[in-house]
Amino acid sequence: MNAARLFVFIAAFLAVANPPARADDIPLAERRSGYDQMSAALKAMQDDDTANPGMLWVLEGEALWSAKATTAGKACADCHGDGTESMKGVAARHPAYDEKRGQVVNLAGRIEACRVERQGLAPLGPDAKESLALAAYVARQSRNLPITIDEKALATTIAAGRQLFIARQGHLDLSCAHCHEANWGRKLAGLPLSQGHTTGYPLYRLEWQSLGSLYRRLRACLFGMRAAYYPPGATEYLALETYLMWRARGLPMESPAVRP
Amino acid sequence: MTAPRAIVNVPAKARKGEIIAISALIGHVMENGFRYTTTGVLRPRDIITSFVALYNGEEIFSAQFFPAVAANPFISFHTVATESGTIQLRWTGDNGFAATHRAKIAVE
Repeated sequence: MNAARLFVFIAAFLAVANPPARADDIPLAERRSGYDQMSAALKAMQDDDTANPGMLWVLEGEALWSAKATTAGKACADCHGDGTESMKGVAARHPAYDEKRGQVVNLAGRIEACRVERQGLAPLGPDAKESLALAAYVARQSRNLPITIDEKALATTIAAGRQLFIARQGHLDLSCAHCHEANWGRKLAGLPLSQGHTTGYPLYRLEWQSLGSLYRRLRACLFGMRAAYYPPGATEYLALETYLMWRARGLPMESPAVRP
Repeated sequence: MTAPRAIVNVPAKARKGEIIAISALIGHVMENGFRYTTTGVLRPRDIITSFVALYNGEEIFSAQFFPAVAANPFISFHTVATESGTIQLRWTGDNGFAATHRAKIAVE
Protein backbone atom coordinates (compact mmCIF):
# COMPACT_ATOMS: atom_id res chain seq x y z
CA MET A 1 0.00 0.00 0.00
CA ASN A 2 1.53 3.32 -1.00
CA ALA A 3 1.45 6.38 1.20
CA ALA A 4 -1.41 8.13 -0.63
CA ARG A 5 -3.67 5.11 -0.40
CA LEU A 6 -2.77 4.61 3.23
CA PHE A 7 -3.73 8.20 3.91
CA VAL A 8 -7.09 7.77 2.20
CA PHE A 9 -7.67 4.64 4.21
CA ILE A 10 -6.87 6.39 7.49
CA ALA A 11 -8.98 9.39 6.54
CA ALA A 12 -11.92 7.11 5.75
CA PHE A 13 -11.44 5.33 9.04
CA LEU A 14 -11.29 8.57 10.99
CA ALA A 15 -14.40 9.85 9.25
CA VAL A 16 -16.27 6.88 10.61
CA ALA A 17 -14.61 6.78 14.01
CA ASN A 18 -14.61 10.53 14.61
CA PRO A 19 -17.42 12.30 12.84
CA PRO A 20 -16.93 16.04 12.52
CA ALA A 21 -18.20 17.68 15.67
CA ARG A 22 -21.63 19.17 15.10
CA ALA A 23 -23.15 21.68 17.42
CA ASP A 24 -26.58 20.52 16.39
CA ASP A 25 -28.41 17.92 14.38
CA ILE A 26 -28.84 17.72 10.58
CA PRO A 27 -30.05 21.15 9.36
CA LEU A 28 -33.85 21.28 9.08
CA ALA A 29 -33.85 21.80 5.32
CA GLU A 30 -31.57 18.80 4.73
CA ARG A 31 -33.68 16.29 6.59
CA ARG A 32 -35.32 13.56 4.61
CA SER A 33 -37.23 10.42 5.38
CA GLY A 34 -35.74 6.99 4.74
CA TYR A 35 -38.46 6.76 2.10
CA ASP A 36 -36.31 8.85 -0.24
CA GLN A 37 -33.57 6.22 -0.16
CA MET A 38 -35.82 3.31 -1.11
CA SER A 39 -36.20 1.70 -4.52
CA ALA A 40 -39.12 2.71 -6.73
CA ALA A 41 -40.71 -0.70 -6.11
CA LEU A 42 -40.65 -0.27 -2.35
CA LYS A 43 -41.98 3.28 -2.58
CA ALA A 44 -44.86 1.96 -4.68
CA MET A 45 -45.49 -0.76 -2.11
CA GLN A 46 -45.76 1.79 0.70
CA ASP A 47 -47.90 4.21 -1.28
CA ASP A 48 -50.48 1.68 -2.46
CA ASP A 49 -52.82 0.79 0.40
CA THR A 50 -53.76 -2.46 -1.33
CA ALA A 51 -50.10 -3.53 -1.57
CA ASN A 52 -48.76 -2.18 1.74
CA PRO A 53 -48.67 -5.15 4.14
CA GLY A 54 -48.85 -2.75 7.08
CA MET A 55 -52.47 -2.18 6.09
CA LEU A 56 -53.25 -5.72 7.32
CA TRP A 57 -52.47 -4.46 10.83
CA VAL A 58 -54.47 -1.29 10.23
CA LEU A 59 -57.46 -3.46 9.27
CA GLU A 60 -56.96 -5.54 12.40
CA GLY A 61 -56.75 -2.36 14.47
CA GLU A 62 -59.93 -1.04 12.88
CA ALA A 63 -61.72 -4.21 14.01
CA LEU A 64 -60.26 -3.93 17.52
CA TRP A 65 -61.30 -0.26 17.68
CA SER A 66 -64.96 -1.22 17.85
CA ALA A 67 -64.55 -4.58 19.59
CA LYS A 68 -66.08 -4.63 23.07
CA ALA A 69 -63.50 -5.42 25.72
CA THR A 70 -64.46 -8.39 27.87
CA THR A 71 -64.39 -7.01 31.43
CA ALA A 72 -65.54 -3.40 31.16
CA GLY A 73 -67.59 -4.07 28.02
CA LYS A 74 -66.19 -0.91 26.47
CA ALA A 75 -64.71 -0.48 23.02
CA CYS A 76 -62.32 2.29 21.97
CA ALA A 77 -65.14 3.58 19.79
CA ASP A 78 -67.46 4.04 22.80
CA CYS A 79 -65.34 6.94 24.08
CA HIS A 80 -63.48 8.09 20.98
CA GLY A 81 -66.18 7.59 18.34
CA ASP A 82 -65.10 7.34 14.74
CA GLY A 83 -61.35 6.74 14.86
CA THR A 84 -60.77 8.15 11.40
CA GLU A 85 -61.96 11.52 12.74
CA SER A 86 -61.04 11.55 16.43
CA MET A 87 -57.53 10.09 15.97
CA LYS A 88 -56.51 12.47 13.19
CA GLY A 89 -53.12 13.94 14.07
CA VAL A 90 -52.87 12.15 17.42
CA ALA A 91 -49.85 10.05 16.45
CA ALA A 92 -48.14 13.13 15.01
CA ARG A 93 -48.14 14.90 18.39
CA HIS A 94 -46.89 12.02 20.54
CA PRO A 95 -44.91 11.54 22.73
CA ALA A 96 -46.60 14.27 24.74
CA TYR A 97 -46.36 15.53 28.29
CA ASP A 98 -49.33 14.32 30.31
CA GLU A 99 -50.14 16.94 32.96
CA LYS A 100 -52.35 14.59 34.96
CA ARG A 101 -49.72 11.86 35.22
CA GLY A 102 -46.83 14.28 35.37
CA GLN A 103 -44.89 12.23 32.86
CA VAL A 104 -44.16 11.82 29.18
CA VAL A 105 -46.44 9.38 27.37
CA ASN A 106 -46.00 7.94 23.89
CA LEU A 107 -48.74 6.65 21.61
CA ALA A 108 -48.27 3.01 22.62
CA GLY A 109 -48.32 4.06 26.28
CA ARG A 110 -51.51 6.05 25.76
CA ILE A 111 -53.23 3.07 24.12
CA GLU A 112 -52.01 0.77 26.88
CA ALA A 113 -53.26 3.16 29.59
CA CYS A 114 -56.71 3.23 27.96
CA ARG A 115 -56.66 -0.54 27.76
CA VAL A 116 -55.84 -0.99 31.43
CA GLU A 117 -57.72 1.93 33.02
CA ARG A 118 -60.83 2.25 30.85
CA GLN A 119 -61.24 -1.22 29.42
CA GLY A 120 -60.05 -3.16 32.47
CA LEU A 121 -57.79 -5.39 30.39
CA ALA A 122 -54.33 -6.74 31.14
CA PRO A 123 -51.39 -4.73 29.75
CA LEU A 124 -49.88 -6.21 26.58
CA GLY A 125 -46.64 -4.32 25.98
CA PRO A 126 -45.79 -2.41 22.81
CA ASP A 127 -44.78 -5.44 20.73
CA ALA A 128 -47.96 -7.52 21.09
CA LYS A 129 -49.94 -8.05 17.91
CA GLU A 130 -53.01 -6.20 19.24
CA SER A 131 -50.94 -3.23 20.44
CA LEU A 132 -49.25 -2.95 17.06
CA ALA A 133 -52.57 -3.24 15.25
CA LEU A 134 -54.19 -0.47 17.31
CA ALA A 135 -51.10 1.74 17.07
CA ALA A 136 -51.03 1.19 13.30
CA TYR A 137 -54.72 2.08 13.01
CA VAL A 138 -54.33 5.24 15.08
CA ALA A 139 -51.07 6.27 13.38
CA ARG A 140 -52.64 5.72 9.94
CA GLN A 141 -55.02 8.59 10.70
CA SER A 142 -52.05 10.96 10.82
CA ARG A 143 -50.74 10.05 7.35
CA ASN A 144 -49.16 13.05 5.63
CA LEU A 145 -49.68 15.30 8.66
CA PRO A 146 -46.52 17.03 9.93
CA ILE A 147 -44.98 15.81 13.18
CA THR A 148 -45.64 18.45 15.82
CA ILE A 149 -44.01 17.81 19.16
CA ASP A 150 -44.56 20.08 22.15
CA GLU A 151 -40.99 21.30 22.34
CA LYS A 152 -41.42 23.33 25.53
CA ALA A 153 -43.15 20.71 27.63
CA LEU A 154 -40.78 17.98 26.51
CA ALA A 155 -37.52 19.96 26.68
CA THR A 156 -35.84 17.85 29.38
CA THR A 157 -36.80 14.54 27.76
CA ILE A 158 -35.61 15.74 24.35
CA ALA A 159 -32.28 16.77 25.89
CA ALA A 160 -31.96 13.38 27.61
CA GLY A 161 -32.70 11.64 24.32
CA ARG A 162 -30.11 13.72 22.51
CA GLN A 163 -27.50 12.69 25.08
CA LEU A 164 -28.34 9.01 24.48
CA PHE A 165 -28.24 9.61 20.73
CA ILE A 166 -24.69 10.94 20.78
CA ALA A 167 -23.34 8.65 23.52
CA ARG A 168 -20.89 5.98 22.37
CA GLN A 169 -21.89 2.51 23.47
CA GLY A 170 -21.36 -1.17 22.77
CA HIS A 171 -18.34 -3.14 21.62
CA LEU A 172 -18.11 -1.11 18.43
CA ASP A 173 -18.00 2.09 20.46
CA LEU A 174 -20.51 3.79 18.20
CA SER A 175 -23.28 6.27 18.86
CA CYS A 176 -26.54 6.59 16.93
CA ALA A 177 -25.15 9.84 15.51
CA HIS A 178 -22.17 8.10 13.91
CA CYS A 179 -24.47 6.40 11.41
CA HIS A 180 -27.54 8.59 11.26
CA GLU A 181 -25.94 12.04 11.38
CA ALA A 182 -22.34 11.78 10.21
CA ASN A 183 -22.73 9.05 7.60
CA TRP A 184 -26.31 9.06 6.39
CA GLY A 185 -26.61 8.41 2.68
CA ARG A 186 -23.55 6.16 2.73
CA LYS A 187 -23.81 2.41 2.89
CA LEU A 188 -23.48 -0.04 5.73
CA ALA A 189 -23.28 -3.69 4.69
CA GLY A 190 -24.78 -2.77 1.33
CA LEU A 191 -27.77 -0.94 2.75
CA PRO A 192 -28.12 2.84 2.69
CA LEU A 193 -27.90 4.52 6.08
CA SER A 194 -30.95 6.64 6.75
CA GLN A 195 -31.10 9.78 8.82
CA GLY A 196 -33.15 7.76 11.25
CA HIS A 197 -36.34 9.79 11.23
CA THR A 198 -39.26 8.18 13.02
CA THR A 199 -41.93 9.15 10.52
CA GLY A 200 -43.51 5.80 9.79
CA TYR A 201 -43.85 3.75 12.96
CA PRO A 202 -45.19 1.22 13.50
CA LEU A 203 -43.74 0.11 10.18
CA TYR A 204 -43.47 -3.00 8.07
CA ARG A 205 -39.92 -4.23 7.60
CA LEU A 206 -39.37 -6.79 4.89
CA GLU A 207 -36.51 -8.14 7.00
CA TRP A 208 -38.91 -8.81 9.88
CA GLN A 209 -41.72 -9.97 7.59
CA SER A 210 -43.92 -8.17 10.05
CA LEU A 211 -45.01 -4.85 11.41
CA GLY A 212 -42.80 -3.69 14.27
CA SER A 213 -42.57 -0.91 16.82
CA LEU A 214 -39.92 1.79 17.02
CA TYR A 215 -38.58 0.01 20.11
CA ARG A 216 -37.97 -3.12 18.08
CA ARG A 217 -36.06 -0.99 15.60
CA LEU A 218 -34.04 0.60 18.41
CA ARG A 219 -33.18 -2.83 19.78
CA ALA A 220 -32.06 -3.89 16.29
CA CYS A 221 -29.75 -0.85 16.17
CA LEU A 222 -28.37 -1.64 19.65
CA PHE A 223 -27.78 -5.22 18.56
CA GLY A 224 -25.90 -3.99 15.49
CA MET A 225 -23.74 -1.76 17.69
CA ARG A 226 -23.14 -4.76 19.95
CA ALA A 227 -24.54 -2.77 22.83
CA ALA A 228 -26.73 -4.05 25.65
CA TYR A 229 -30.46 -3.52 25.23
CA TYR A 230 -32.06 -1.17 27.69
CA PRO A 231 -34.29 -3.28 29.94
CA PRO A 232 -37.97 -3.51 28.91
CA GLY A 233 -39.84 -0.38 29.92
CA ALA A 234 -36.61 1.58 30.52
CA THR A 235 -36.92 5.37 30.34
CA GLU A 236 -34.11 5.41 27.74
CA TYR A 237 -36.47 4.13 25.04
CA LEU A 238 -39.02 6.85 25.71
CA ALA A 239 -36.33 9.54 25.85
CA LEU A 240 -34.91 8.38 22.51
CA GLU A 241 -38.37 8.19 20.97
CA THR A 242 -39.20 11.71 22.16
CA TYR A 243 -35.92 13.08 20.86
CA LEU A 244 -36.30 11.29 17.52
CA MET A 245 -39.84 12.56 17.01
CA TRP A 246 -38.69 16.08 17.83
CA ARG A 247 -35.76 15.62 15.45
CA ALA A 248 -38.26 14.66 12.71
CA ARG A 249 -40.53 17.62 13.50
CA GLY A 250 -42.33 18.99 10.49
CA LEU A 251 -41.76 15.88 8.37
CA PRO A 252 -44.96 14.17 7.23
CA MET A 253 -46.13 10.98 8.95
CA GLU A 254 -46.00 7.85 6.78
CA SER A 255 -47.44 5.18 9.08
CA PRO A 256 -47.61 2.36 8.32
CA ALA A 257 -44.39 2.79 6.35
CA VAL A 258 -42.55 0.02 4.50
CA ARG A 259 -38.79 -0.40 4.85
CA PRO A 260 -36.40 -3.03 3.44
CA MET B 1 -58.33 -17.55 16.00
CA THR B 2 -59.51 -14.50 14.14
CA ALA B 3 -60.26 -14.76 10.44
CA PRO B 4 -57.28 -13.98 8.21
CA ARG B 5 -57.28 -10.45 6.88
CA ALA B 6 -57.06 -9.96 3.15
CA ILE B 7 -56.83 -6.82 1.06
CA VAL B 8 -58.08 -7.33 -2.46
CA ASN B 9 -58.04 -4.84 -5.31
CA VAL B 10 -60.50 -5.58 -8.09
CA PRO B 11 -61.76 -2.66 -10.21
CA ALA B 12 -65.45 -2.11 -9.52
CA LYS B 13 -66.07 -1.11 -13.13
CA ALA B 14 -64.44 -2.00 -16.43
CA ARG B 15 -65.12 -1.76 -20.14
CA LYS B 16 -65.75 -5.01 -21.99
CA GLY B 17 -62.48 -6.42 -23.30
CA GLU B 18 -60.37 -4.21 -21.06
CA ILE B 19 -57.29 -5.73 -19.42
CA ILE B 20 -57.65 -5.31 -15.67
CA ALA B 21 -55.16 -5.80 -12.87
CA ILE B 22 -56.21 -7.74 -9.81
CA SER B 23 -54.12 -7.79 -6.67
CA ALA B 24 -54.51 -9.64 -3.41
CA LEU B 25 -52.64 -9.37 -0.13
CA ILE B 26 -53.30 -11.77 2.71
CA GLY B 27 -52.03 -11.93 6.28
CA HIS B 28 -50.19 -15.19 6.88
CA VAL B 29 -47.00 -16.10 8.77
CA MET B 30 -45.70 -18.45 6.03
CA GLU B 31 -43.62 -20.39 8.56
CA ASN B 32 -41.25 -22.33 6.32
CA GLY B 33 -40.75 -25.41 8.49
CA PHE B 34 -36.97 -25.10 8.65
CA ARG B 35 -36.66 -22.88 11.70
CA TYR B 36 -36.15 -23.85 15.30
CA THR B 37 -37.36 -22.19 18.47
CA THR B 38 -34.85 -20.92 21.04
CA THR B 39 -35.22 -24.25 22.87
CA GLY B 40 -34.39 -26.27 19.76
CA VAL B 41 -37.86 -27.45 18.79
CA LEU B 42 -38.59 -27.43 15.06
CA ARG B 43 -41.38 -25.03 14.14
CA PRO B 44 -43.77 -27.04 11.99
CA ARG B 45 -44.39 -25.80 8.48
CA ASP B 46 -47.40 -23.52 8.21
CA ILE B 47 -47.77 -21.99 4.77
CA ILE B 48 -50.38 -21.20 2.17
CA THR B 49 -50.01 -23.82 -0.54
CA SER B 50 -52.36 -22.67 -3.25
CA PHE B 51 -54.19 -19.66 -4.59
CA VAL B 52 -57.03 -19.77 -7.11
CA ALA B 53 -58.98 -16.97 -8.80
CA LEU B 54 -62.41 -17.69 -10.25
CA TYR B 55 -64.30 -15.35 -12.60
CA ASN B 56 -67.97 -16.24 -12.41
CA GLY B 57 -66.97 -19.74 -11.34
CA GLU B 58 -64.37 -20.24 -14.05
CA GLU B 59 -60.74 -20.53 -13.06
CA ILE B 60 -58.69 -17.69 -14.58
CA PHE B 61 -55.52 -17.82 -12.49
CA SER B 62 -53.92 -20.14 -10.00
CA ALA B 63 -50.62 -20.35 -8.16
CA GLN B 64 -48.80 -22.76 -5.91
CA PHE B 65 -46.90 -21.37 -2.94
CA PHE B 66 -43.77 -22.89 -1.41
CA PRO B 67 -41.76 -22.34 1.79
CA ALA B 68 -39.59 -19.67 0.14
CA VAL B 69 -42.56 -17.31 -0.21
CA ALA B 70 -42.38 -14.50 2.35
CA ALA B 71 -44.98 -13.79 5.01
CA ASN B 72 -48.13 -11.91 4.04
CA PRO B 73 -47.96 -12.92 0.36
CA PHE B 74 -48.99 -10.40 -2.26
CA ILE B 75 -50.08 -11.60 -5.65
CA SER B 76 -51.03 -9.59 -8.71
CA PHE B 77 -52.19 -10.71 -12.14
CA HIS B 78 -54.07 -9.47 -15.18
CA THR B 79 -57.21 -10.71 -16.85
CA VAL B 80 -59.66 -9.53 -19.51
CA ALA B 81 -62.97 -8.12 -18.29
CA THR B 82 -65.49 -10.23 -20.16
CA GLU B 83 -68.76 -9.94 -18.23
CA SER B 84 -70.25 -8.53 -15.03
CA GLY B 85 -70.19 -10.79 -12.04
CA THR B 86 -68.05 -11.95 -9.18
CA ILE B 87 -64.35 -12.57 -8.90
CA GLN B 88 -63.64 -15.07 -6.19
CA LEU B 89 -60.18 -15.47 -4.69
CA ARG B 90 -59.37 -18.54 -2.62
CA TRP B 91 -56.31 -19.38 -0.56
CA THR B 92 -55.73 -22.81 0.98
CA GLY B 93 -52.86 -24.02 3.07
CA ASP B 94 -51.45 -26.09 5.90
CA ASN B 95 -53.45 -26.87 9.04
CA GLY B 96 -56.73 -26.52 7.18
CA PHE B 97 -56.11 -22.89 6.30
CA ALA B 98 -58.79 -21.58 3.97
CA ALA B 99 -59.77 -18.03 3.09
CA THR B 100 -62.12 -16.74 0.44
CA HIS B 101 -62.71 -13.23 -0.80
CA ARG B 102 -65.36 -12.17 -3.29
CA ALA B 103 -65.42 -8.93 -5.26
CA LYS B 104 -68.06 -7.64 -7.64
CA ILE B 105 -67.15 -6.30 -11.03
CA ALA B 106 -69.47 -4.43 -13.40
CA VAL B 107 -68.53 -4.70 -17.09
CA GLU B 108 -70.08 -2.26 -19.53
